Amino acid sequence: MDKFTHSVYLKEDLCKGCINCIKRCPTRAIRVRHGKASIISKFCIDCGECIRICQHHAKKVRRDKIDIIGKYKYTVALPAPSLYAQFQNLDDINIVLTALTYLGFDDVFEVSAAAELVSAATRIYSKEHQDQWPLISSACPTVVRLIRMRFPNLIDHLIPINPPVEVAARLARRRAVNRTGLNPEDIGIIFITPCPSKITYVNSPLGVEHSEIDHCIAIKDIYPYLISEMKKAQLNPLDLAMSGKIGVGWGTSGGEAGGLITDSYLAADGIENVIRVLEDLEDEKIGEGLEFIELNSCSGGCVGGVLTVENPFIAKVKLNRLNKYLPVSTNHLTDYEDVELDWTDPVEYEPVYRLGSNFMESIQMLHQVEELSNEFPGLDCGSCGSPTCRSLAEDIVKGDATQDYCVPYLKSRIHKLSDDYMTLLNLECDCNGCDTSGVECVTVMQDYIRQLAEEIALLDTSIGGQTTPQKDSDNK
Amino acid sequence: MGNIMTYHYAVSPDDFTRAGEASSNFKNVLKQLCVPPNIIRKVAIAMYEGEINMVIHANGGDITVEISSTGITMILKDVGPGIPDIDKAMQAGYSTAPDNIRTLGFGAGMGLPNMKKYTDEMTIETELGVGTTVTMVVYF
Repeated sequence: MDKFTHSVYLKEDLCKGCINCIKRCPTRAIRVRHGKASIISKFCIDCGECIRICQHHAKKVRRDKIDIIGKYKYTVALPAPSLYAQFQNLDDINIVLTALTYLGFDDVFEVSAAAELVSAATRIYSKEHQDQWPLISSACPTVVRLIRMRFPNLIDHLIPINPPVEVAARLARRRAVNRTGLNPEDIGIIFITPCPSKITYVNSPLGVEHSEIDHCIAIKDIYPYLISEMKKAQLNPLDLAMSGKIGVGWGTSGGEAGGLITDSYLAADGIENVIRVLEDLEDEKIGEGLEFIELNSCSGGCVGGVLTVENPFIAKVKLNRLNKYLPVSTNHLTDYEDVELDWTDPVEYEPVYRLGSNFMESIQMLHQVEELSNEFPGLDCGSCGSPTCRSLAEDIVKGDATQDYCVPYLKSRIHKLSDDYMTLLNLECDCNGCDTSGVECVTVMQDYIRQLAEEIALLDTSIGGQTTPQKDSDNK
Repeated sequence: MGNIMTYHYAVSPDDFTRAGEASSNFKNVLKQLCVPPNIIRKVAIAMYEGEINMVIHANGGDITVEISSTGITMILKDVGPGIPDIDKAMQAGYSTAPDNIRTLGFGAGMGLPNMKKYTDEMTIETELGVGTTVTMVVYF
């Protein structure tokens, strides 16, 4: 699978070609071209911010429907801890887990159970690798993608341990094979996900060549079905829950850090904040001695994922309340002796920001970018379809755009033409009738008007490359 | 060695929220070129330390960065008070930063030593009451 595949995509007929998403995208991965937004695959980190900002709901997430359960002889649900934070007055996780079995899953394996193993393994890794402090969590795939393309010097700080959901998938399949005697491929491992980033992870994993997760169902899709099943489940919940505070805590920002039992940590959430922390870390602005950095692309942590239902801050309160009476941790590495936790396919630097294919070519292109940038007004208005004037300059140098995409630039050309025209008119008044009975003057005037009309037509097509306004006027 | 690209940055005085702007900006330029990550790291760290020094001690100044085919040269020029004793200033942990700066987490006395550590060449020209120019080179 291509390492730059994505679960976020555009539903073209809903896209109005506005510039909200291109401005919001933290990696400048979106352009509006020919009136529609398009994602530049290699820059996208699946953070889901464009989904959040799009008022026309044109940004969608490729994901599986609940009927995927029927495709397998035996299915195991992997509920993310953030799922538990979606419900009113829930006081027993078993109600949610039991409801999942009512929906048709044969078994449930909590991601939070695997999270406790990852926490334990991280504590050991941290102690043994103090030279790599501060260690950076690799649980949020968006953060790992961001680091591999923008912060190559921080790759060594990433904890080379699989995220809880991957560990859960492996343990769940093994348990299912042991229980049923079925072939591993007859067993469907299905993650109930809070975000598109994890869906992308399944198709294009980080740290491993192949993910053991077979499918992903969005929390918001399964939510209405769960609600009705939970009414029945609460009467007689099965004893399926198998994790404690540390595991369930992973659902919110700071939870993973809590599982490391150290006070030397930093936990940041929200993609812009994450980027600021990484920038400072790269410049060594963060002092020595810090052990661990937890970074979550979504505000509030996984409960803030775009595929969740509840407001992340309310969800956090709910998760804390659920967590209050749970034991600290109920899963220990000694219980799962041969569990594979470590990365087997290390993450490598993806230099997607490079302009050219070598240093000299890049320098040459950079010269052109700087020259072009100076010609643009610096409004960063986005009307050209690129997020900033500088990114338009880069797009032009890469051959993906032309200078007349810039609306203020075109406007100034039109002003100049009309000024020239006015000068000509004034000159004519003085000429007091020419020998060719004005024919020459008319020809010159026609020529100017034609040029002016051409420029204005260009303006129509240049706003995000839109062609629709012209069509409208044709129809009238 | 010919210089093939030059960038200028103004460092504004007494503004810690903007300190680091120049190094951060330049770092992202380097990522667009095919410069190896370890070089980017050295340049970013050395330049940031220098930038902070200019904010703390010298009322800001100007940074000129030259990219050549063999390396990166950073010239940090200020019209501050000058450095009375360069040898002392180069000692790890020696600091003349005032208390209010230290409470911000700066002024640990590691600025110049780190700048030397992360660059291949560093020269300091300074005159009391006139100013200081620090030139650092990182080779590819």
